[in-house]
Amino acid sequence: MTPIDLALTFAYAAFGAGLLFNLWRVFRAPGVPDRILALDTMVINVIALVVLYGIGTGSSAYFEVAMLFAMTGFVSTVAYAKFILRGDVIE
Amino acid sequence: MNPIWEYLIAGLLVMSGIFGIVGSFGLIKLPDTMTRLHAPTKATTLGVGGVLIASMAHAWAAEGVLSWHELMITLFLFITAPITANFIAKAQIHRAKVEDQLPPTGTGRSWATFEPDDARNPGHPAERSRAE
Repeated sequence: MTPIDLALTFAYAAFGAGLLFNLWRVFRAPGVPDRILALDTMVINVIALVVLYGIGTGSSAYFEVAMLFAMTGFVSTVAYAKFILRGDVIE
Repeated sequence: MNPIWEYLIAGLLVMSGIFGIVGSFGLIKLPDTMTRLHAPTKATTLGVGGVLIASMAHAWAAEGVLSWHELMITLFLFITAPITANFIAKAQIHRAKVEDQLPPTGTGRSWATFEPDDARNPGHPAERSRAE
Protein backbone atom coordinates (compact mmCIF):
# COMPACT_ATOMS: atom_id res chain seq x y z
CA MET A 1 0.00 0.00 0.00
CA THR A 2 1.48 3.30 -1.08
CA PRO A 3 1.23 6.43 1.10
CA ILE A 4 -1.30 7.88 -1.36
CA ASP A 5 -3.64 4.91 -0.89
CA LEU A 6 -3.42 5.23 2.88
CA ALA A 7 -4.05 8.97 2.76
CA LEU A 8 -6.97 8.42 0.35
CA THR A 9 -8.55 5.95 2.77
CA PHE A 10 -8.12 8.43 5.62
CA ALA A 11 -9.65 11.27 3.59
CA TYR A 12 -12.59 9.06 2.50
CA ALA A 13 -13.26 8.26 6.16
CA ALA A 14 -12.90 11.92 7.23
CA PHE A 15 -15.28 13.33 4.61
CA GLY A 16 -17.70 10.43 5.08
CA ALA A 17 -17.85 11.13 8.82
CA GLY A 18 -18.32 14.80 7.97
CA LEU A 19 -21.33 13.86 5.81
CA LEU A 20 -22.83 11.95 8.75
CA PHE A 21 -22.35 14.99 11.03
CA ASN A 22 -24.10 17.17 8.42
CA LEU A 23 -26.95 14.68 8.13
CA TRP A 24 -27.41 14.76 11.91
CA ARG A 25 -27.58 18.56 11.77
CA VAL A 26 -30.13 18.44 8.93
CA PHE A 27 -32.42 16.27 11.09
CA ARG A 28 -31.79 18.09 14.40
CA ALA A 29 -31.69 21.79 13.60
CA PRO A 30 -33.13 24.68 15.65
CA GLY A 31 -34.09 26.62 12.52
CA VAL A 32 -34.31 26.51 8.74
CA PRO A 33 -31.07 28.53 8.13
CA ASP A 34 -29.19 25.77 9.98
CA ARG A 35 -30.66 23.17 7.66
CA ILE A 36 -29.63 25.18 4.60
CA LEU A 37 -26.13 25.52 6.02
CA ALA A 38 -25.93 21.77 6.68
CA LEU A 39 -27.15 20.94 3.15
CA ASP A 40 -24.60 23.36 1.67
CA THR A 41 -21.83 21.68 3.68
CA MET A 42 -23.06 18.28 2.49
CA VAL A 43 -22.65 19.45 -1.12
CA ILE A 44 -19.09 20.57 -0.38
CA ASN A 45 -18.25 17.23 1.29
CA VAL A 46 -19.69 15.31 -1.67
CA ILE A 47 -17.55 17.37 -4.06
CA ALA A 48 -14.50 16.38 -2.00
CA LEU A 49 -15.54 12.70 -2.10
CA VAL A 50 -16.04 12.78 -5.90
CA VAL A 51 -12.63 14.37 -6.45
CA LEU A 52 -11.05 11.80 -4.09
CA TYR A 53 -12.64 9.03 -6.13
CA GLY A 54 -11.22 10.67 -9.26
CA ILE A 55 -7.72 10.57 -7.71
CA GLY A 56 -8.24 6.91 -6.71
CA THR A 57 -9.27 5.75 -10.18
CA GLY A 58 -6.86 8.04 -12.05
CA SER A 59 -9.68 9.10 -14.36
CA SER A 60 -10.35 12.73 -15.27
CA ALA A 61 -14.08 12.24 -15.94
CA TYR A 62 -15.01 13.04 -12.34
CA PHE A 63 -14.06 16.70 -12.44
CA GLU A 64 -17.06 17.51 -14.61
CA VAL A 65 -19.22 15.74 -12.02
CA ALA A 66 -17.62 17.79 -9.25
CA MET A 67 -18.08 21.02 -11.24
CA LEU A 68 -21.77 20.23 -11.82
CA PHE A 69 -22.21 19.47 -8.11
CA ALA A 70 -20.58 22.79 -7.20
CA MET A 71 -22.84 24.75 -9.57
CA THR A 72 -26.16 23.09 -8.70
CA GLY A 73 -25.25 23.18 -5.00
CA PHE A 74 -24.60 26.93 -5.10
CA VAL A 75 -27.75 27.70 -7.07
CA SER A 76 -29.98 25.54 -4.85
CA THR A 77 -28.51 26.99 -1.63
CA VAL A 78 -29.10 30.55 -2.82
CA ALA A 79 -32.60 29.68 -4.04
CA TYR A 80 -33.52 28.06 -0.71
CA ALA A 81 -32.14 30.99 1.32
CA LYS A 82 -33.94 33.46 -0.94
CA PHE A 83 -37.16 31.48 -0.60
CA ILE A 84 -37.23 31.53 3.20
CA LEU A 85 -36.14 35.19 3.15
CA ARG A 86 -38.79 36.55 0.76
CA GLY A 87 -41.29 33.72 0.23
CA ASP A 88 -40.42 33.66 -3.46
CA VAL A 89 -37.35 32.66 -5.47
CA ILE A 90 -37.68 35.04 -8.45
CA GLU A 91 -39.75 38.15 -7.77
CA MET B 1 6.20 8.08 -9.22
CA ASN B 2 8.83 10.02 -7.30
CA PRO B 3 8.46 9.26 -3.53
CA ILE B 4 8.68 12.98 -2.70
CA TRP B 5 5.55 13.58 -4.78
CA GLU B 6 3.83 10.63 -3.11
CA TYR B 7 4.46 11.99 0.39
CA LEU B 8 3.49 15.53 -0.68
CA ILE B 9 0.16 14.34 -2.12
CA ALA B 10 -0.48 12.08 0.88
CA GLY B 11 0.24 14.99 3.24
CA LEU B 12 -2.15 17.26 1.35
CA LEU B 13 -4.87 14.60 1.46
CA VAL B 14 -4.47 14.04 5.20
CA MET B 15 -4.49 17.79 5.87
CA SER B 16 -7.64 18.32 3.82
CA GLY B 17 -9.33 15.35 5.50
CA ILE B 18 -8.63 16.90 8.92
CA PHE B 19 -9.95 20.28 7.76
CA GLY B 20 -13.06 18.66 6.32
CA ILE B 21 -13.94 16.73 9.46
CA VAL B 22 -13.21 19.75 11.71
CA GLY B 23 -15.50 21.91 9.56
CA SER B 24 -18.33 19.40 9.71
CA PHE B 25 -17.81 18.77 13.42
CA GLY B 26 -17.99 22.51 14.08
CA LEU B 27 -21.42 22.48 12.48
CA ILE B 28 -22.77 20.27 15.27
CA LYS B 29 -20.50 21.50 18.09
CA LEU B 30 -20.79 25.31 18.03
CA PRO B 31 -23.55 26.90 20.16
CA ASP B 32 -25.69 29.10 17.85
CA THR B 33 -26.41 29.65 14.17
CA MET B 34 -24.17 32.67 13.58
CA THR B 35 -21.10 30.93 15.07
CA ARG B 36 -22.02 27.70 13.28
CA LEU B 37 -21.87 29.63 10.01
CA HIS B 38 -18.16 30.13 10.59
CA ALA B 39 -17.06 26.48 10.76
CA PRO B 40 -18.15 24.90 7.46
CA THR B 41 -17.76 27.93 5.20
CA LYS B 42 -14.10 28.33 6.08
CA ALA B 43 -12.75 24.95 7.11
CA THR B 44 -14.57 22.86 4.53
CA THR B 45 -13.58 25.16 1.70
CA LEU B 46 -9.95 24.81 2.81
CA GLY B 47 -10.47 21.03 2.94
CA VAL B 48 -11.87 20.85 -0.58
CA GLY B 49 -9.12 23.20 -1.75
CA GLY B 50 -6.53 20.78 -0.37
CA VAL B 51 -8.17 17.82 -2.12
CA LEU B 52 -8.23 19.70 -5.42
CA ILE B 53 -4.57 20.76 -5.14
CA ALA B 54 -3.69 17.13 -4.32
CA SER B 55 -5.61 16.06 -7.43
CA MET B 56 -3.68 18.55 -9.57
CA ALA B 57 -0.36 17.36 -8.11
CA HIS B 58 -1.40 13.72 -8.71
CA ALA B 59 -2.23 14.36 -12.38
CA TRP B 60 1.09 16.22 -12.81
CA ALA B 61 3.17 13.54 -11.06
CA ALA B 62 1.45 10.46 -12.54
CA GLU B 63 0.81 11.52 -16.15
CA GLY B 64 2.81 14.72 -16.61
CA VAL B 65 -0.25 16.74 -17.61
CA LEU B 66 -1.18 19.97 -15.86
CA SER B 67 -4.91 19.74 -15.21
CA TRP B 68 -6.79 23.06 -14.94
CA HIS B 69 -10.27 21.69 -14.12
CA GLU B 70 -9.51 21.54 -10.40
CA LEU B 71 -8.41 25.16 -10.37
CA MET B 72 -11.77 26.10 -11.90
CA ILE B 73 -13.64 24.22 -9.16
CA THR B 74 -11.45 25.82 -6.48
CA LEU B 75 -12.06 29.29 -7.94
CA PHE B 76 -15.79 28.66 -8.18
CA LEU B 77 -16.00 27.48 -4.56
CA PHE B 78 -13.90 30.39 -3.30
CA ILE B 79 -16.19 32.85 -5.10
CA THR B 80 -19.49 31.25 -4.08
CA ALA B 81 -18.75 30.36 -0.42
CA PRO B 82 -18.99 33.97 0.87
CA ILE B 83 -22.18 34.55 -1.16
CA THR B 84 -23.99 31.55 0.33
CA ALA B 85 -22.72 32.49 3.82
CA ASN B 86 -24.08 36.02 3.35
CA PHE B 87 -27.46 34.72 2.20
CA ILE B 88 -27.77 32.32 5.14
CA ALA B 89 -26.69 35.03 7.63
CA LYS B 90 -29.27 37.42 6.18
CA ALA B 91 -32.00 34.81 6.38
CA GLN B 92 -31.05 34.11 10.00
CA ILE B 93 -31.03 37.83 10.94
CA HIS B 94 -34.52 38.31 9.51
CA ARG B 95 -36.05 35.09 10.82
CA ALA B 96 -34.64 35.08 14.36
CA LYS B 97 -35.63 38.75 15.06
CA VAL B 98 -32.23 39.67 16.47
CA GLU B 99 -32.38 43.33 15.34
CA ASP B 100 -31.91 44.69 18.90
CA GLN B 101 -28.85 42.46 19.50
CA LEU B 102 -26.89 43.73 16.49
CA PRO B 103 -23.96 46.10 17.16
CA PRO B 104 -24.46 49.77 16.16
CA THR B 105 -23.39 50.75 12.65
CA GLY B 106 -21.85 54.04 13.81
CA THR B 107 -23.46 56.09 11.02
CA GLY B 108 -26.81 57.11 12.47
CA ARG B 109 -28.57 54.80 10.03
CA SER B 110 -29.73 51.26 10.72
CA TRP B 111 -28.32 48.13 9.12
CA ALA B 112 -28.92 48.21 5.37
CA THR B 113 -30.96 45.03 5.39
CA PHE B 114 -33.52 46.59 7.79
CA GLU B 115 -33.90 49.89 5.92
CA PRO B 116 -36.85 50.48 3.59
CA ASP B 117 -35.96 50.66 -0.10
CA ASP B 118 -36.23 54.45 -0.47
CA ALA B 119 -33.96 55.10 2.53
CA ARG B 120 -31.36 52.75 1.09
CA ASN B 121 -31.12 54.27 -2.39
CA PRO B 122 -32.85 57.69 -2.53
CA GLY B 123 -31.51 58.54 -5.99
CA HIS B 124 -32.74 55.37 -7.66
CA PRO B 125 -34.89 56.08 -10.77
CA ALA B 126 -37.61 53.61 -9.77
CA GLU B 127 -38.00 55.27 -6.38
CA ARG B 128 -38.12 58.77 -7.91
CA SER B 129 -40.81 57.85 -10.42
CA ARG B 130 -42.84 56.25 -7.64
CA ALA B 131 -42.58 59.45 -5.56
CA GLU B 132 -43.70 61.73 -8.41
